[in-house]
Amino acid sequence: MKFLRDLVDNVKPTFSEGGKLSFLHSTFDAIETFLFVPNHPTKSGAHIRDGIDLKRTMFIVVIALIPALLFGMWNLGFQFHKATGVEASLFENFWFGFLQTLPLIIVSYGVGLGIEMAFAQFKGHPVNEGFLVSGLLIPMVMPADVPLWMVGLATAFAVVIGKEVFGGTGMNLLNPALTARMFLYIGYTPEMSGEKCWVPIADGINTVDGYSGATTLGNVGVAAAGGTEWSESLFSWKTSMLESIIGTIPGSIGETSVIAILLGAAFLIATGVGSWKIMLSTVLGALFMGGILNMVGGNAWYDMPAWYHLIIGGFMFGTVFMTTDPVSAAQTDRGKWIYGFFIGLLTVLIRVYNPGYPEGIMMAILLMNVFAPLIDYFVVQSNIKMRLKRVKA
Amino acid sequence: MGKVIKITRGKDISLVGEASNEIVSVASPSTFAIKPTDFKGLIPKLAVKEGDEVKAGDCLFTDKRNSSICFTSPVSGEIAEIVRGDRRAIQEIKILADSNTSYKSFSTIGFESKTRDEVKSLMLEAGLWPFIVQRPFGLIADTDIVPKAIHVSGFDSAPLAADLGITLKGEEASLKAGFDVLKKLTDGKVHLNVHSSKDKSIYSAVEGVELNTFSGPHPSGLVGVQINKIDPINKGDVVWTVKPQHVAFIGKFFLSGNLNLEQKVVLAGSEVKKPAYYSTCLGVNLSALLNGNIKDNVRVISGNVLTGSKLSADGYLGFFDNQITVIPEGNEYELLGWLFPSYPRPTISSTFPISKFLKKKFKVNTNPHGEPRAFVVTGEYEKVMPMDIMPQQLIKAVMAKDLELMENLGIYEVIEEDMALCEFVCTSKIDVQRVLSEGLELMSEES
Repeated sequence: MKFLRDLVDNVKPTFSEGGKLSFLHSTFDAIETFLFVPNHPTKSGAHIRDGIDLKRTMFIVVIALIPALLFGMWNLGFQFHKATGVEASLFENFWFGFLQTLPLIIVSYGVGLGIEMAFAQFKGHPVNEGFLVSGLLIPMVMPADVPLWMVGLATAFAVVIGKEVFGGTGMNLLNPALTARMFLYIGYTPEMSGEKCWVPIADGINTVDGYSGATTLGNVGVAAAGGTEWSESLFSWKTSMLESIIGTIPGSIGETSVIAILLGAAFLIATGVGSWKIMLSTVLGALFMGGILNMVGGNAWYDMPAWYHLIIGGFMFGTVFMTTDPVSAAQTDRGKWIYGFFIGLLTVLIRVYNPGYPEGIMMAILLMNVFAPLIDYFVVQSNIKMRLKRVKA
Repeated sequence: MGKVIKITRGKDISLVGEASNEIVSVASPSTFAIKPTDFKGLIPKLAVKEGDEVKAGDCLFTDKRNSSICFTSPVSGEIAEIVRGDRRAIQEIKILADSNTSYKSFSTIGFESKTRDEVKSLMLEAGLWPFIVQRPFGLIADTDIVPKAIHVSGFDSAPLAADLGITLKGEEASLKAGFDVLKKLTDGKVHLNVHSSKDKSIYSAVEGVELNTFSGPHPSGLVGVQINKIDPINKGDVVWTVKPQHVAFIGKFFLSGNLNLEQKVVLAGSEVKKPAYYSTCLGVNLSALLNGNIKDNVRVISGNVLTGSKLSADGYLGFFDNQITVIPEGNEYELLGWLFPSYPRPTISSTFPISKFLKKKFKVNTNPHGEPRAFVVTGEYEKVMPMDIMPQQLIKAVMAKDLELMENLGIYEVIEEDMALCEFVCTSKIDVQRVLSEGLELMSEES
């Protein structure tokens, strides 16, 4: 430890102002503070401070993502080998998925952190930790077959247009990871949806009979448009509800396993880092809207039991990891309930009424991101009105 | 009968170094000082020069904006030094004390029947007026105003704070007289707020006040929180607050006719070898208490760890303080400390399950455990803010210098200390008290 500290102290002048590599000052600072909590004591105000800081908070979210990430890697191999009819061990499945996913993660972190550090250096502020989470979220919401350059482009767009133009971490209106996905979805729709993108099967490789990479969302969408009635056979590739919960179905890398995501959710709630209020109200919103549609009935979407909305598509992943982003969510207590409820409600509405794109949670979250400040505004107004009323009384 | 109020949002930070109940007398130190910097926005006008002889109760300086407000000497002796800082602003007026204090005498006999103006002018002349703090903004009370109410928080809930049942023991008569004087200063109520589980026998003689009972953790003892729960400050309201030890000063003065600012202070914290109560006087030089009694590499704080001011080991006790806290300076690097903390630290975050749920006392240092960042986490300040104020929104309004929004969100109801716990818990390490202070200054200039 002493050795490491000496090493850092030795190279510090090179990166400080006037040093040879001073243009990398922000980068050096980020690495130094990652290794060592700085030795600057408090200057003003409270002399003692809580142990928590943003690094720890963000790291907690990264840990919460690990189960879904590891499962997603394994599932990728599992889907591939199942589709091509090859017997594969647990490790072979995982290794296949790992090799597919790692480049995505490297590109996402490389491009994102590179831009963050450049901005930090240019604007003279420290590098914020927010991208530690965004950088992992971005590959996890991508289809496995997405080209690397697209991931890089989307990440750059998300960081620059989604975040830095608003003033950086803490100021952004939209969730950066979803901004990246939305960018690709609108710009490169064929690569981001349909049947082919979820499992990376190169052209010329034969698949087993009956294979279809379509997701449950896609199937139900087609059935609803074509007048087919709801039945459990609409689950992706004729899997069961249980498989949907376990997550052995095609989908974006991190989104498929409800169990792995709920593990993350439990960790986020136990540590107090993720807002259980938002998660719960999102689920309630989806059940509420799904319940109304069940009562109306009519086509496959209407008749699908409301709670199935929770286990198909990206609903759980979005609910646990995207809605709870504190910066783009509503910030007031009451606001959080309203914000989550509408995300759930809109997710189901978009799924059911938008034939073009079956997955609703991404758009619902981004839409509510935009409305979050308005929700907060009304909550704050109620506090103001309470105070004004007191004057009159 | 007063109100009974339970505070649920807050946090008692338990620290190592609690004082024993023993009261230690120290040899009277040679110097005392009054610091104009203890008063917000004060521009002092000197009434003495170096070398002058003063008695206890003689005026040292006055408020430039209201020359009737005197700041008087706590002891008799010779003006040893007038310390000036940047742009010759007066920092300290040091007095070399006589071995036997001689007092200036005031005619306070029959104060029970004196009018409001007579009482007021005596308090102004004796230097007792600055003990009255005015809200909004936490300034010295305006002499031309009759406040809506006067609030006294009868207990201190801050970390390692003095137990007033010990420091004010034997002052029952002074407290009664002090409250009788305060009652003359307002047409409204005088509120005395006590804690359900703390010693209130010292107030047994006090009559004619509204006695409110609080329970729950810090900040239940902050008078700002109490006002918010009892009778909140609206736009245009003015209320005054006084600390109980200062009520005792006022009472003692009117009973004896002399300005006697002797008080018991608590010296606590993990770096104090013998944490205990000390009998001393306002403005005391700390070296008498701290010499040989503290460890190396420490921070000496006049006041508590949340709101106190940093002093050197030979500094002078702050005007309003009855507490000195000494904790380790946190000026060391910690390898991956954000991930694997090398020692337990107080927290409200469940990301430290052991620190949060283990009932233990912390040896805490002054390291902020992280660097300043933009606001990211939400719903955190609210956990330690019992007032019906939206703390994060208020701080953001101050940062945006939006005067109207600050007013609407209740800036009149708070001063810095009320949001000190928010600063403690802040993940983004934002200097909440400094920001709020800028907002208060801006508002008081505008109004």
